[in-house]
Amino acid sequence: MVRFFGILVGLFFSGWLLVSFVLGAKEFITNPPEKAVYYDYHLDPKDVSFASDGPLGKFDRQQLQRGFQVYKEVCAACHSLRLVAFRNLAELGYNEDEVKAIAANWVIETPDVDPNTGEMSTRPSLPADKFPMPFANDVAAAAANNNAIPPDLSLITKARTGGAPYLYSLLTGYEEPPTDLPEAAKPGPGLHYNPYFANLNLAMAQPIVADDQVSYSDGTSATIDQMSKDVTAFLVWTAEPKLEERNQTGWAVIAFLIIATILAFMSYQSIWADVKVEKKKKA
Amino acid sequence: MSFPWAKEYTPTTAFGQWMDEKLPIGRLVYNSLGAGYPTPRNLNYMWNFGSLAGIFLVVQIVTGIILAMHYAANADIAFDSVEHIMRDVNGGWMFRYAHANGASFFFIAIYMHIARGLYYGSYKAPREMLWLLGVVIYLLAMATAFMGYVLPWGQMSFWGAKVITGLFEAIPLVGKPIQELLLGGFAPDNAALNRFFSLHYLLPFVMAGVIILHIWALHIPGSNNPTGVNVKGKQDTVPFHPFYTAKDGWALGLFLIFFCLMMFFLPNALGHADNYIPANPLSTPAHIVPEWYFWPWYAILRAFTFDFLFIPAKLLGVLAMFSAILVWFFLPWLDTSPVRSGTYRPKMRIAFWILIVATIILFICGGAPAEEPYVMLSQVAGAYYFAYFLIILPLLSRIEKPLPLPNSITEAVTGKPLEKAS
Repeated sequence: MVRFFGILVGLFFSGWLLVSFVLGAKEFITNPPEKAVYYDYHLDPKDVSFASDGPLGKFDRQQLQRGFQVYKEVCAACHSLRLVAFRNLAELGYNEDEVKAIAANWVIETPDVDPNTGEMSTRPSLPADKFPMPFANDVAAAAANNNAIPPDLSLITKARTGGAPYLYSLLTGYEEPPTDLPEAAKPGPGLHYNPYFANLNLAMAQPIVADDQVSYSDGTSATIDQMSKDVTAFLVWTAEPKLEERNQTGWAVIAFLIIATILAFMSYQSIWADVKVEKKKKA
Repeated sequence: MSFPWAKEYTPTTAFGQWMDEKLPIGRLVYNSLGAGYPTPRNLNYMWNFGSLAGIFLVVQIVTGIILAMHYAANADIAFDSVEHIMRDVNGGWMFRYAHANGASFFFIAIYMHIARGLYYGSYKAPREMLWLLGVVIYLLAMATAFMGYVLPWGQMSFWGAKVITGLFEAIPLVGKPIQELLLGGFAPDNAALNRFFSLHYLLPFVMAGVIILHIWALHIPGSNNPTGVNVKGKQDTVPFHPFYTAKDGWALGLFLIFFCLMMFFLPNALGHADNYIPANPLSTPAHIVPEWYFWPWYAILRAFTFDFLFIPAKLLGVLAMFSAILVWFFLPWLDTSPVRSGTYRPKMRIAFWILIVATIILFICGGAPAEEPYVMLSQVAGAYYFAYFLIILPLLSRIEKPLPLPNSITEAVTGKPLEKAS
């Protein structure tokens, strides 16, 4: 009985899937689906490497400091960094006084309540504070940015397929739209052409526009490419601040496991030796 | 049960004897996982995945309990509490990555364990109950993993919850009330997140309980083996300890190396970038995909693109997706061949490997966007999946001529008959 009903159910599901396949294939041949207009123009992220790549990756602290400077002078006007605190900057090599000064001098102050009146107010930031938000709320952010809310950058290199290379490509990928671009894919008002962006048109204008937009104090030449790379490296750190700790722990754990596994394998071999000898006699 | 030659537990200390009279827990362990459990001597490495799955359940429970100490199941702060674990909790990043990747490695182990059961006929008499309990464990694991993925409250968490609970909507009449009951509302929100967290904490312990039944049911007939031939004498077996504890031990080391390579060096490779974006009910991700271990079932769900008479395609997809797993419950009675092991079933063996290929195709299609050629591929592979269990196995059992079986496990291993083997 089970088998009888089983075969009926099987014939139904398998049969209908095959009928669907034939119907779908017929539709596919007679009426092939059109590719989205942007398909031919979209580009994969550029090939770019960072000091933090791979299992041996470490942060280049000089680069992170330069990247922080780019964030501070270019990105921070619109993009929040709400999961990172000023105190975390000590990991970039700043000392305690420098962190205090960065927090106290940050252009946007931290929202607070006036201790005397209880009124809403702001105060200079302390190292324990998270980076304050550039806009009071999403409505204000959208209103100031042509209805597009600038995303928070704390996790951006983990929150986009393609990761850091994608972000770097996006920052350096702005260009004039190709002349043969179909009308539907042309940037609308307030949008900017960038072949690395999913639908080619992005609300953010090119943020890093000219060499020496930021003056580096360590003598590095501030080209567009260098600044884009530096800020990307900084945002790899904000997304995964424990990356170095993770890599180092990983190697220690794997070294331990390899030794433990070899020992376990040897004990397995010796325990099974007698049984295996019997097996070999077969040959 | 046990075989008559099983070693008898003899407590060596006065305390051991005292305990053995009051609560013989030492005897229980000795007879289940110790020297008191005679195990076929010819188990290959496919038999290691059961203990690996069990160990990974323990890894998940331990890391999960620690994460629950810092996680906040509230839609407003769940996402940030996960980032708090990643940034500010000592070693928090390690526990979270171990838990996230541990789920994947649990499923790798459980899939290998199921595939081994399918090939070597471990579902056949007298092990039907063992198999049925295994399917229950798998269903519990799926529910637990799905709800766990919702907890970080990222974009894929939210939209995954919306799509999966939306499946129940396809059921006529009662579908909508069931969906609202599951979510505690009309869309995933705080009520859904809270009940998912509660159940995500509960179900692993239910699983642990069913696993105890699963091991109990295993010890009635004893383990199957690659020949599928019953144990006939003492020489066919070795005591579980130290023989299989040693083999499981070194295989565990190897499995942990792969696990740690993933969790320390590619911790986000098995996840989805969108889940690092906080849940936003107003913004739908371009491609909503579940975790990789659900891809074959997701492909079957989406393979139904045409209504059948009055049954809408979506309902067909939902029925097929659940049937694809529920069919396993009937497997012991669908496959009537008296021969267990695929090694001695030339036709079944070919059909089995085509099933593996079909499942891999479904896996690839489930992770891909719902476009051609993936939909057509999943229709063909899905048709074979159902045909294998419901048509091919029942018919094959009648027409197939199995190869001659060895007289005993000992003979298969040493080439000498059981009685004369030294």
